[in-house]
Amino acid sequence: MLPALHHRGPDGSGIYMDPHGIVGLGHTRLSIVDLEGGAQPMHNEDRTIWVSFNGEIFNYVELRASLLKAGHQFYSHCDTEVIVHAYEEYGDDFVQHFNGQFSIALWDSRKQRLLLIRDRVGIVPLFYTRTSDRLVFASGIKSLLTQLTEAPKISPATLDEIFTFWVPRSPNTLFEGIFEVSPGHMLVLENGALRESVYWDWSFPEGNAYLDGSDDSLADELRSLLLDATQIRLRADVPVGAYLSGGLDSSALVALISKDASIPLRTFSIGFADRSFDESAFQQQMVEHLNVNHTSFLCKNESISEQFPATIAHTEIPILRTAPTPMAQLSALVRSSGYKVVLTGEGADEVLGGYDIFKEAKIRQFWARRPQSEWRPLLLKALYPYLDISKGQSDTYIQNFYGIGLNEPDQPGFSHLTRWFTTAGGKIFFSPELNAALREDAAARLYQDLPDAFRRWHPFNRAQYLEAKTLMSGYLLCSQGDRMLMANSVEGRFPYLDHRVIEFANRLPPRLKMRGLNEKYLLKKAMAKDLPQQIVVRHKQPYRAPGVPAFFSSQSLGYVDELLSESKLKCYGYYDPKKVGFLVKKARAGGALSARDNMALVGILSTQLCHYNFIERFNQLDQMGNYGN
Amino acid sequence: METNKIIRKHIMESFLFTDDESALQDNASLIAQGLIDSIGIMELVEFVEGSFSIKVDPKEIVPDNLDSVEKMVAFVERKKAA
Repeated sequence: MLPALHHRGPDGSGIYMDPHGIVGLGHTRLSIVDLEGGAQPMHNEDRTIWVSFNGEIFNYVELRASLLKAGHQFYSHCDTEVIVHAYEEYGDDFVQHFNGQFSIALWDSRKQRLLLIRDRVGIVPLFYTRTSDRLVFASGIKSLLTQLTEAPKISPATLDEIFTFWVPRSPNTLFEGIFEVSPGHMLVLENGALRESVYWDWSFPEGNAYLDGSDDSLADELRSLLLDATQIRLRADVPVGAYLSGGLDSSALVALISKDASIPLRTFSIGFADRSFDESAFQQQMVEHLNVNHTSFLCKNESISEQFPATIAHTEIPILRTAPTPMAQLSALVRSSGYKVVLTGEGADEVLGGYDIFKEAKIRQFWARRPQSEWRPLLLKALYPYLDISKGQSDTYIQNFYGIGLNEPDQPGFSHLTRWFTTAGGKIFFSPELNAALREDAAARLYQDLPDAFRRWHPFNRAQYLEAKTLMSGYLLCSQGDRMLMANSVEGRFPYLDHRVIEFANRLPPRLKMRGLNEKYLLKKAMAKDLPQQIVVRHKQPYRAPGVPAFFSSQSLGYVDELLSESKLKCYGYYDPKKVGFLVKKARAGGALSARDNMALVGILSTQLCHYNFIERFNQLDQMGNYGN
Repeated sequence: METNKIIRKHIMESFLFTDDESALQDNASLIAQGLIDSIGIMELVEFVEGSFSIKVDPKEIVPDNLDSVEKMVAFVERKKAA
């Protein structure tokens, strides 16, 4: 199993086997803290508790001091070692003491129990499956596949969820019988039984029980929290860099890091040859403002299509956008520059209210209060200027499309209905066999699992919850985050996802997140003195990359032709070959493609790649988790 | 090929992804069926301009002209006759 995880930990590996043969822990190490003394698995004083750990406990310095005071003895200076002692000291609540990003496998030999734990928001992966007599777990699905005797099956329900929410709903993965430990969850295997508990979840005030205080004082508090969240994420025995997109979130982080003049900061970014995706001008503005040592690369369409198969080998799941591929190129740049840790701005939009979908939901809520109003829906044109291209037709389109669910604005998914509707349009390409295997609607399943308090939260908070629990944890932090970073042995750190920042932000009144349609109002206020005015006021540009044109704009690509051929589509069985044939013809014609068509084609191609990699070539899987050509 | 057939073929292949004639009613609203988004509107305009050698004025991009097969046929015929 370990060789398949080599890319996540190329600096060393270790194994602990329980003397009675009950449990085995393995580890591949990306050495960042205590380079000499941090080999894993690690143990407590009498070697009765063992841990294999991926990630970081950022407050290990403070935890170590208090555990030393309580009488624990350490044999290293590594953050990993605080885990075993914290478990001894605090029992199963130990995880509440951790400020970090982690997957933990802890074996307590005295009580004969195994704990599998994942961080609060889902930054670090942890998968598991049960065979007839074993529970097998790993940081990557390919590692688990080495332990299976036959190829896994792709789950129809997961494809249905991907073609609705972009992601499977945790704990589902692409494959039947393989699950992830959900963010904020702990699994305990004891006496042959597997028990799951939730130790943390996103939560918002009910009624009007938000934080009191002036805008200025709350902005100061937010800035202090972010500064500390950033500083503890600079703890490392290797140099730490940062991603700089040119947007508010990463610029704010880089500004906070730069407060400590002793840190010679190195920043990294992507530029796009396709100017409609490029933010280089804003990146350069921040580079000059903060005088940082900056490196960027220019991403071209050809490189996206060439490297897309490698992307899917790492995501281990179909994706609907190509945006992860340039992120892997970026982490390769980081690694080749001698860095293996970067701070990055993901999470700010979810935590502090930055996304267009939140604005859209706000306008739709406003419209729903007067559904007959002709002007209220036209506010959407302020949000999406392209809707103004053709007045008559666009207005009808706005009424039809953005009016989805207007008669029931209190339904749980109201904020996300338009996205889910557009994405689900791709199901038109599902094969009859796949459709026949589907039971309940994906959204209905989601609604059943929402917390009881969900309906009592403010609509803005509900939208935040849905975004955090679907797209953020299942795509941004995974397919576009950890998997693309670790593809090149780079660790990402996310100050906006410090649980203290989240818990503070969740108690802020929604008007401090979005003032009118001004997104991340309090963050802008908190960081106004640290950033150039142009960065603070610029219109938010979501990170995107060229989609389908990347696959069809240049010469024919063998794998695209092969996997989208009628015979392969028919053989794998997930999609209707004739319908996909028309879609491919449309894409090859080179005209503009709708969002639905773009997502559908990337989703179909990546599903085919997943089947090819993990099922068709299952028997060619080697110990490295690679497949022969 | 007559106008109706050309328009039907394009909408079936490019928006419904099928050659099943029964999948498309000539009077069905493309917007109400969720087949057309803002890109789709542009695509339809490009299609009628390219296929029938006509020029669509921005003021003519309205549902009465473009939101069903029969409306598109009538619009194209009017433009060709003008």
